[in-house]
Amino acid sequence: MDNAATHTLLLTALIALPFLGSIVAAFFPTNARNAEVWLAGSVALAGLVIAASLYSVIAEGAVVQAKFSWVPQYGLNFHVRLDGYAWSFVVLICTIGLLVVLYARYYMSPADPVPRFFSYLLGFMGAMLGIVVSGNLLQIVFFWELTSLYSFLLIGYWHQKQAARDGARITLTVTAVGGLCLLAGMVLLGQMVGSYDLDMVLRAGPVVTAHAYYLPTLLFIAIGVLTKSAQFPFHFWLPRAMAAPTPVSAYLHSATMVKAGIFLLARLWPVMSGNDYWFWIFTSLGATTLLIGAFLALFQQDLKGLLAYSTISHLGLITLLLGLGSPLAAVAAVFHTMNHATFKASLFMAAGIIDHEAGTRDIRRLGGLHRTMPITAALAMVAAAAMAGVPLLNGFLSKEMFFAETIESHVASALDDALPVIATFASMFSVAYSLRLIHQVFFGTEATELPRTPRDPVVWMLLPIAFLVLTCVLVGVAPQATIGGFLYIAVHGVLGNATPQYSLSVWHGFTPAFWMSLVALAGGVIIYAALLKYLSGDVEGAPVLRRLKGQRLFERAVAAASWRGANRLVQVLGSTRLQSQILLLICVTLVAGVWPLHKGAIAFQLPRLNDIDTTFLLVWIIGAGCAVGAAQQAKFHRLAAVILMGGAGLSTCLTFAWASAPDLALTQLLVEIVTTVLLLLGLRWLPKRLQDASPLASLALRARRVRDIVIAIAGGLGLAALSYAVMTRPQRHSIAGHFLEKSYSEGGGRNVVNVILVDFRGFDTLGEISVLAIVAITIYALLRRFRPARDSMAVPEQKRFQDKFDAEHGLSGREAISAHYMIVPGLIMRLLFPVVAMMAMFLLLRGHDLPGGGFAAGLTFAIAFILQYVAGGVRWVEARLTVLPVRWIGFGLLASLGTGLAAAIFSQPFLTSAFQYVDLPWLGRLPLASALIFDVGVFALVLGATVLILIALAHQSIRVGRTTSKSGSV
Amino acid sequence: MELVIALTIGVLAGSGLWLLLRPRTFQVIIGLSLMSYAVNLFIFSMGRLRMGAPPILDPSVPNPAHYADPVPQALVLTAIVISFAMTALFLVVLLAARGLSGSDHVDSTEQGP
Repeated sequence: MDNAATHTLLLTALIALPFLGSIVAAFFPTNARNAEVWLAGSVALAGLVIAASLYSVIAEGAVVQAKFSWVPQYGLNFHVRLDGYAWSFVVLICTIGLLVVLYARYYMSPADPVPRFFSYLLGFMGAMLGIVVSGNLLQIVFFWELTSLYSFLLIGYWHQKQAARDGARITLTVTAVGGLCLLAGMVLLGQMVGSYDLDMVLRAGPVVTAHAYYLPTLLFIAIGVLTKSAQFPFHFWLPRAMAAPTPVSAYLHSATMVKAGIFLLARLWPVMSGNDYWFWIFTSLGATTLLIGAFLALFQQDLKGLLAYSTISHLGLITLLLGLGSPLAAVAAVFHTMNHATFKASLFMAAGIIDHEAGTRDIRRLGGLHRTMPITAALAMVAAAAMAGVPLLNGFLSKEMFFAETIESHVASALDDALPVIATFASMFSVAYSLRLIHQVFFGTEATELPRTPRDPVVWMLLPIAFLVLTCVLVGVAPQATIGGFLYIAVHGVLGNATPQYSLSVWHGFTPAFWMSLVALAGGVIIYAALLKYLSGDVEGAPVLRRLKGQRLFERAVAAASWRGANRLVQVLGSTRLQSQILLLICVTLVAGVWPLHKGAIAFQLPRLNDIDTTFLLVWIIGAGCAVGAAQQAKFHRLAAVILMGGAGLSTCLTFAWASAPDLALTQLLVEIVTTVLLLLGLRWLPKRLQDASPLASLALRARRVRDIVIAIAGGLGLAALSYAVMTRPQRHSIAGHFLEKSYSEGGGRNVVNVILVDFRGFDTLGEISVLAIVAITIYALLRRFRPARDSMAVPEQKRFQDKFDAEHGLSGREAISAHYMIVPGLIMRLLFPVVAMMAMFLLLRGHDLPGGGFAAGLTFAIAFILQYVAGGVRWVEARLTVLPVRWIGFGLLASLGTGLAAAIFSQPFLTSAFQYVDLPWLGRLPLASALIFDVGVFALVLGATVLILIALAHQSIRVGRTTSKSGSV
Repeated sequence: MELVIALTIGVLAGSGLWLLLRPRTFQVIIGLSLMSYAVNLFIFSMGRLRMGAPPILDPSVPNPAHYADPVPQALVLTAIVISFAMTALFLVVLLAARGLSGSDHVDSTEQGP
């Protein structure tokens, strides 16, 4: 295998292994802590091995790449690019990852579901590696957002805790919004350069800094970077994220995720730092963050809160350094990034152990722990000293470089002049809080009343901390021998040939920076001594600044934007009232209908009045009268409205028959019958509506009626004009010819409408009968739980009147009029059953060639059943007939589907039909198409659905009778 | 003839629209039914009106132009059945809402805010 292929393989494995591991980890048993650690540890170790195997290539300053086609049309490739800087981050991510995994094995309790934790952790590791090895701007943003999502999941790992949910939510909101800004910035950057390829971008520095879009691009990218790295004014999410399990804090909030912003800042440093805006934004915000973070850290009472603010402060320091724009400052920034990762990760782990062993993280309650947990205390103290910048530890070295850089002049300004003072002052607080951590936790009076008795944990839990602390010491004592080569690779990856001369040694003589370090150390001790009493008191947070809470402001802003603003908008723009909604809908439709007229009016043909058939005109005078009457009567005289509506329906039916559509006329007639029965059944449960005693309606009500009438007339006129205009135009293009020609030759039927329904557009029909089935079953389900209105329970007026008459005349049993007034019509209806059923069969069988078909046949058969119910009542029918409408529906659906699927046996598309003439005894020569079976399915379904709907409604009277008698007896 | 049908569609639609804007659920149901007549006729009329044209294929009439247009007919046929199902569903929802809230106002409360 040649080198390029090997590199592609290694880089692919580097990025793919964590995600694969994440998927595998999710499927382990809930308490498989050891297996999870082996898996996650192996993945991290594999990353380290890959990094090590590429060391020789990277050390020469080469860039290892692998490209995969992603969206080639837009020049987007999945580009894995490993240079020295990315390589150093890979080592950092995998090393700390390995240590955190080991630590987490003993940190997580057996009750925690570990598959979820390790799955997220590995996924995060993959996303973080993705950011650092991406060779494409958009790909960086993709992995960037992925880290936001994983951090959300990890912070909210203990989702039963309110604090964890809030912390996760705030983190996601802040970092994901930042990520969107970053995307905008990256797109602008890519447009300026003309490519999203990182190599091209890195070479385009002069073009970018001189471009007109430089400032907006910088602002967008700055928001992305500052939110991710918890810089002022977006720093508030980091302390809230401390609700996460401690391994997560150690990994994400000290070593990796918060460093993603720093990473990107350094990555873009060669491209964008050559402009004064860069200095102003990052130096000023970095200095502010450095000061505020250090100041607030001192006043935290929660151990992890102290570390969180300290992290904010140190990240501010690094941002400041990168903002300065000098290569030496960039070296210091890269160096401090690594040092901070080592000492802060170890301190977080120590804080986790203390929390675990002592049961609290409140600094005031802790004390004297060096006696009970000496090893932890010793390790944490060394790490805290490194954080303070004590000589012979790694923190001292990078801090001294930082001091030296602040003295140099960069962009002539008051800010630049003030930097040494700011740096020294912030470092005093840094020393003070480190001192506080050491003094109040490990020394002082021994804590009593701790929830648990503290002692050193198992050696495996201490091992990761020991490793990191050892690194701090070794780097601090012999920097060039230990970290020199590593640092050079990283720095060279950022700066390339611009890498300056720098010296890594413990002793540089009595330089100004050295004196600044000494002043900071001394000042820190004095500050701590002066504030000791205040800190041990009951006050939470820093003086003055505790009143100003960024997070409170944030929550208010989110609440205003998300629900208060949304509610206001809904109140202004929306309505819960159906009438206003329908009004709006109708008006919009009207406007949409009239809108095209602005291009030119429609030409109307003059009506030819002499060819109007007077009979037809008469039919529609009645029909229109019925419609208007129904509209007028629907409120107070519902029965009249139903009858009048039926009149309009019959006119429609006649129109269909008149205009050469016998199928429609037939179906309309049948539907009229079942609809009327349906509405009559429903009317039983609608108590009579009494006309208002005072017909004098209010003015507003009358105005509303006038408005509605105007709208109704406008809508009616519009539809009339439109249909008249269309009807009087010749029909040019129609697909009707196609169906008429193919109907017999391909569908085997002469009734083209039916052939369209069951053959050409069979799939549509299948959908429509499915809707019918769903509606029927929905109605059935609704009525099972339905209780009619209380005031409709009483026996209807007519029946009461009849019963009263019977009682007065001493008629009872079979003699009562109410028992036999339906005898004659009932008998006729019973005799009609076989006739109507035969009629239905006739319609079904001839449907393919003559008017009829499944729809009409199903409705007819349903009417046959309804007649029996009307004649005999529910109990009488169900004692004699077994009607199983749900089975009819099921059979119909299966028959239609089966016909369609049967075509597959003959390797034909779904619902392809076949037909043939068959000679049957008695019936003669019949056309038998497979579409007939489909039509039988339609028939069965329509029958079942119609009967189910009507019977379900009819059953109400039985059920209500039962419930009232029950409640009466109780 | 076209004029009569067009005016008819207009009257049906106008009555339907008026009822749709009314506050009582039963009025809305009747309104929907009237609207469905209007819309079905409208769709049907898109195939132009043909009086006395054969709807069934006849070998003695070979020219497809002499037949009634079957496409709008097929569309309307299923629409008629579906509109019955919808009327039934609305009716049952009406009854359930009437039983639950004691009001037959479309918003289930007499005069909302």
